[in-house]
Amino acid sequence: MADARPSQLFRNKSAKIAAIPMIVTALFVFVGGTAWTIVYSFTKSGLLPRLKWVGLDQYERLWSTKRWIVSIENLMIYGLSMLVLVFVIGFILAALIDQKIRFENTIRTVILYPYALSFVVTGLVWQWILNPEFGIESIVRSWGWESFAFDPLYNADIAIFGVLIAGLWQGSGLVMVLMLAGLRGIDQEVWKAARVDGIPAWKTYIFIVIPMMRPVFITTLVLVVTGIVKIYDLIVAQTGGGPGISTEVPAKYVYDMMFQANNLGQGFAASTMMLLTVALVVIPWAFLEFGGSKKRG
Amino acid sequence: MVDITSSQLSGPQGPKPRKALSRRNILLYGTLFVVTVYYALPLYVMIVTSLKGMPEIRLGNIFSPPVEVTFEPWVKAWAQACTGLTCDGLSTGFWNSVRITIPSVILSIVIASVNGYALANWKFKGADAFFTILIFGAFIPYQVMLYPIVIMLREIGLYGSLTGLVIVHTIFGMPILTLLFRNYFTSLPEELFKAARVDGAGFWGIYFRIMVPMSLPIFTVAMILQVTGIWNDFLFGVVYTRPESYPMTVSLNNIVNSTQGVKEYNVNMAATIITGLVPLTIYFVSGKLFVRGIAAGAVKG
Amino acid sequence: MNKSVEIKNLDLEFGAVKVLQNLNLDIGKGEFLVLLGSSGCGKSTLLNCIAGLLDVTAGQIHINDKNVTWAEPSERGIGMVFQSYALYPQMNVEGNLSFGLKNAKLPKDEIAKRIKRASEILQIEPLLKRKPAALSGGQRQRVAIGRALVRDVDVFLFDEPLSNLDAKLRADLRVEIKRLHQNLGNTMVYVTHDQIEAMTLADRIAIMRGGQIMQLDSPEEIYGRPVNKYVAGFIGSPSMNFLEGRIEGDVFLVGDLAIPLAGYEFASGNAVSGEASLGIRPEHVVTGELVGNAPFQIDIDVSLIEPTGSDTLVDCEVAGHPFRVRMDGQAKIKVGERLRLGLDLSKASLFDKTSELRL
Repeated sequence: MADARPSQLFRNKSAKIAAIPMIVTALFVFVGGTAWTIVYSFTKSGLLPRLKWVGLDQYERLWSTKRWIVSIENLMIYGLSMLVLVFVIGFILAALIDQKIRFENTIRTVILYPYALSFVVTGLVWQWILNPEFGIESIVRSWGWESFAFDPLYNADIAIFGVLIAGLWQGSGLVMVLMLAGLRGIDQEVWKAARVDGIPAWKTYIFIVIPMMRPVFITTLVLVVTGIVKIYDLIVAQTGGGPGISTEVPAKYVYDMMFQANNLGQGFAASTMMLLTVALVVIPWAFLEFGGSKKRG
Repeated sequence: MVDITSSQLSGPQGPKPRKALSRRNILLYGTLFVVTVYYALPLYVMIVTSLKGMPEIRLGNIFSPPVEVTFEPWVKAWAQACTGLTCDGLSTGFWNSVRITIPSVILSIVIASVNGYALANWKFKGADAFFTILIFGAFIPYQVMLYPIVIMLREIGLYGSLTGLVIVHTIFGMPILTLLFRNYFTSLPEELFKAARVDGAGFWGIYFRIMVPMSLPIFTVAMILQVTGIWNDFLFGVVYTRPESYPMTVSLNNIVNSTQGVKEYNVNMAATIITGLVPLTIYFVSGKLFVRGIAAGAVKG
Repeated sequence: MNKSVEIKNLDLEFGAVKVLQNLNLDIGKGEFLVLLGSSGCGKSTLLNCIAGLLDVTAGQIHINDKNVTWAEPSERGIGMVFQSYALYPQMNVEGNLSFGLKNAKLPKDEIAKRIKRASEILQIEPLLKRKPAALSGGQRQRVAIGRALVRDVDVFLFDEPLSNLDAKLRADLRVEIKRLHQNLGNTMVYVTHDQIEAMTLADRIAIMRGGQIMQLDSPEEIYGRPVNKYVAGFIGSPSMNFLEGRIEGDVFLVGDLAIPLAGYEFASGNAVSGEASLGIRPEHVVTGELVGNAPFQIDIDVSLIEPTGSDTLVDCEVAGHPFRVRMDGQAKIKVGERLRLGLDLSKASLFDKTSELRL
C-alpha cells in the first residue's frame, strides 16, 4: 500500500519547477542579501567587503556625520510634507472627479500622466521651471513684482521644498487614482441613505466614506511611504543633493558611500537604517492587515 | 375609482429646474480647470522650450510659445549632445534602453506568470511561505540589496553586462508581477481548472491552452507596468551597467547635469521629452489598463 | 448489487478541520445516487475526492473495482459536470468537447464520432461552432454534460449542475438528466442542496451533515421514515412539525393533549416510553370532510395564511408548539377562524429526545 503512493517531493513537480525563480529570489536575494548587508554593516569594509568586526562603529560614525543627519532631516521634512499633501491633494481631487463631472477621462488622464514619467524627467523639468533666471521667478518679476523671490533650488534653506513640488506633481496622480477607486468601491446606497437622512456631503465624506475607505488608505500609505524612503533619482536629477548638502537623502548617501567613496561599511550601515525605517511602517501594517484579518474573518 | 384626468396640478411639477452655472458648478469646474492646467504645464514647458532657439530662451519667458519653431535641439539631443566624454547624444542610451527593456519585460512576465499560476492553482507545501517573503521583499529598500547583487553578478560573470541588468529587473519585478498574476488566476473560476484536469490536461497544458488565452488583459497590464517601470529605471542602470551600456535615463541625466560647456536648455528639454516619450506614449495609448496596472499594486491579494 | 464506486473509510482534513470522517459508501452500477445536504456538509468535497481533484487524507476510493485513490482525475474513468459549467471560454463548443479527447491522444475520426453522438443525444449540433459566450445558460449546461458524455465513461459526477439556472430551466434540464440516465444507464453521482432535485432524480439519496452520511436510502424511505430528527426536518417543504412531549404507554402526551399512538410502527418493533419529539408533516394533517376518519382530532385557531396557488399553508399552534398545515388551494379560510384538524400517527415519526434517533 504505502509504496504505491507517489513521493511527496515529486508530486506537483512542474509547479515546483515553476516556483524555483521565486524561491531563489526570496531566499538568496531578499533574505540572503538583506542578512548579508546587515552582517557587513558591523564590519570595517572599505573598497571591498571584509569580515573585520568593528561592532557599532559604522553606526556611530554614521550618526556623527553631518551629511547623514541632513539626509535624515530632509527625509523627515520631505516625507511628512509629502505624506500629508499627497493625501490631501489626492483625496480632494478624487472627490471632485467623483462628482459625475464632464470630461472626467481627460482630467484624470492629465493628472496622472506625470506618474508615467521617470523621476529623472520629472526632476529635470522642475529644475527648469524653478530656474530663477528663466522660470517662475523671472516671469513674476517681469510682471512688475520686482522683489519676488522664488528660487528653491538655489536657496539651501528651502531647496527640499523645490524637490517636494516636483514629487507632488509626479505622485499625487497615483493617490488620486487609488482614492477614486476607493470612492467608486463604496456602495452607492450609502450616499442615498445619507441623502435621505439629510447629512451634508462633507460630513458624509468625513464620518462615513473615509472610515469605509480604511483599507485603501492603508495600502496607499504603505505605497507612498516606501516610495518616499526610496527617493533617489529625483534628487540626483533635480538638485544633485545641492546646493551644498541641503537636499541630500539617505538613498543617495548609500549610493555615494558604496560606489564613489569606497566606504562600503558606511553604505551598509546607512542602508540598514533605511531598512529599519521601512520596517517601522510595514511591520505594523502587515500585523494589522494580516494578523488582524483572522478575527475579522 | 379616482378620476385622474380632472385633478388640477399645482405647486412644483415636472423636472426640477437646474442652473447650468450654479455656484457649485463654477467652483467645481473652476478648480478642476486650474488643477488640470497646473499638471499639464510642465509638459507644455518642455515642448515649447525644446522648440525654441537659445537666443529666444534667453530673452523670453519659459511659458511663451516659440516665435520661431526649430527642431535643431531635438536633432542635437538625439545625436550630438555630450555626456561628459562622448558626444553622441541620447541615441546610444535609447538603444541600450531598448535592449534592456525588451528582454527584461519578456523574461519577468514569463517567470512571474508561470509562478503566479503555480501559486494560484497548484499549491504545494511551503509555496505560501516563499510568496510571503517575496511580497515583503518588495518593501525592502533596494539600497539594502544593491551590493549583495553586485557580488552575485560578479560571481557569475555578469556584472556590468546587459544580461546582468535584465536579471536584476526580473528579480525586482517579480513581487508585484507574481502578485498580479496570482490574484488574476485566483479570480478565474476554479471549476475551469478542475474541468481541464478531468479532461487530462497537465500543468503546462492548462497554462498554455486554458489560462493564457483567458488572460490577455492581465498580460497587457503587466507589460505596461514593466515597460514603463524598466524604461524609467535609473538606479539599477547606474549601478549594474558600464558607461557604454547606460540606459537612457542615465544618459539623460548625464547630458543635462554635465558641468562642461554652456547650458543649452532647449537641447536639455528636447532630451527630456525624448526620454519621456516611450512611457508617455504607452500611457496615452493604454489609458484604463495603465490605471489598472498601478492600482494592482494597491489591491491586496 | 454490482459496485461501480466504492468509498472505504475515507477521511479528509484541511489542516485541523475534518471535512470528511470515516466515510463509507457503495454505489451500484447504473445507480443514480444523490448527495444531498446544506452547504458545508461535505457533499461537494466528497464528489471532488471521487473525481481526484482533492487528495484524501486516509481511506480508499475504488471505481469499477480499480483502486484509484491516487490516480489522476483523467485516469479514473469519470466525467464531471460543474455548477458554473466551466466551459473553456476561448474554445468553441466542438473545441470544448474535444479537449479531453485530444489530451488522451485519441484518433481524429474517433473524436469526430464521439462528438457527433454526444451532440445528437443532447441536441446541440447547431451550436458546435459557437463560443460559450454566445450560448444561453441551458445550452451551456448541455455542452458541459456533453463534455462528460464524449469521454465515454461509466461514472458521471454532477456538482450542483442546475443551481445557476432559473427555476423553469432547472425543471426542464432535470427531466432531461433523468431521461439521459434512463437511456445511457451510467452510474451518476449528483450533488445538490435542492431536495426536489434529489427526490425526483435519485435511486438513492445520501443525506450528509458534518462530513458524515446521516441516511442512505431510497427517496420514499427518506421521506417516509427519516432515521433522525435532522433528516426529518431537512427533507420536506414546508418542513415537518415537531411536538415535544413524552410517550406513556400507547399515547403521546404533549401539553394537555394525549395523542394515541395506534398505527405507529416503532423502529425496534416494540413500543418504548420516555421523552420524545413527535414529527408530523404538514401534508399529513387531515382537514375538511375527512377529519372525522382520523383517530385524533383537535380544534385550532388559524393565525396566518400563506396561499401558494396550488396549496394553502395554515399556521396555528398545537399544545403551545408552532404548527403548519397544508390545505387545498381552494379551501376558504380566514385568519382567526377555528379549524378542526385530524392527526393520523401511522405516517408520523417519533424521535428520542436526547439521541434524536427514530423510535
